[in-house]
Amino acid sequence: MNNDIRKGMRDGIPIALGYFAVAFSLGIIAKKAGLLPWEGALCSFFTRASAGEYGVYTLVAVNATYAEVIGMCIVTNLRYILMSTALTQKFSSQTSILRRILTACCVTDEIFGISIAYPGPLATAYTYSAAIVSGIMWAAGCACGIIAGNILPTNMISALSVALYGMFIAIIIPPARRDKAVLIAIAVSFLLSFLCSTMPLISTLSSGLRTILLTILISALAAVIRPRKEADDEQ
Amino acid sequence: MNNNTLIYILLSIAVTNLIRVLPMLLIRRRIRNRFIRSFLYYVPYVTLAVMTFPAITEATTTPLAGCAALLIGILSAWRGFGLFPVSIICCLVVFIAELF
Repeated sequence: MNNDIRKGMRDGIPIALGYFAVAFSLGIIAKKAGLLPWEGALCSFFTRASAGEYGVYTLVAVNATYAEVIGMCIVTNLRYILMSTALTQKFSSQTSILRRILTACCVTDEIFGISIAYPGPLATAYTYSAAIVSGIMWAAGCACGIIAGNILPTNMISALSVALYGMFIAIIIPPARRDKAVLIAIAVSFLLSFLCSTMPLISTLSSGLRTILLTILISALAAVIRPRKEADDEQ
Repeated sequence: MNNNTLIYILLSIAVTNLIRVLPMLLIRRRIRNRFIRSFLYYVPYVTLAVMTFPAITEATTTPLAGCAALLIGILSAWRGFGLFPVSIICCLVVFIAELF
């Protein structure tokens, strides 16, 4: 088997594990909105958007307008614009537009994280295979959540739900070790993110919107204070 | 009026993926601007960091278990453990911490 496919599937497994747990709890909400298991699986497989799906299901539950659903999808998923934009710089110049589009459709927080960490120009097969492995588990998790509701004991769900964050940590720490500017940016991100989640007014914004605003603010500051030299980009 | 669930789903799929694809259609070449290059370099780490904390403390039943998972996760990633080991370590930390 192609080495990139094998590597993508391997790195997709921890993502799939965390996805199953998160999608399972998402399924419990989808059930309240009246979704059937196959509908939840369909929506989950093709969107793989935790916050976005959560928002949509709460809207479906109250029979909201289609326009509201569109608005919800835009706001909760806006950060993917930043991620896809970062990925445009990760392709070799020979990568076709079709591959770029397919790669973009794979983007989730986690798939983006491992794709950007891929050494050198991105092999799209790596991203596809990780996205398919984890996407299947995301869809299965959602369907199981709709079917089985509260079968998993809460301490299992609690433990599984940090798998995603464990992966985030494993993605951001190694570069922070090599580059002090990244380390400081991460520390500032933790701090501001915490402050914004407790501050009045700002804490009432959706977490997706807060993520976008903080990402733009902190990244822009870092780019001004510690701009990259041309030579740094040759990785 | 009762809206159709399937239309909700198809709309979500269409809009969510359109957002992802948009930059691919608009940006085809290498960006030369130094600020934008630097900005995009920091974006992934900042986004993931912002999404990790304090969310990790809210995902677990007790916030302390999430904090412990964060600290031990950072330590093990710092020592060179990969994605899967760090994830498993974080899960175990929460599982054990919540036994008490």
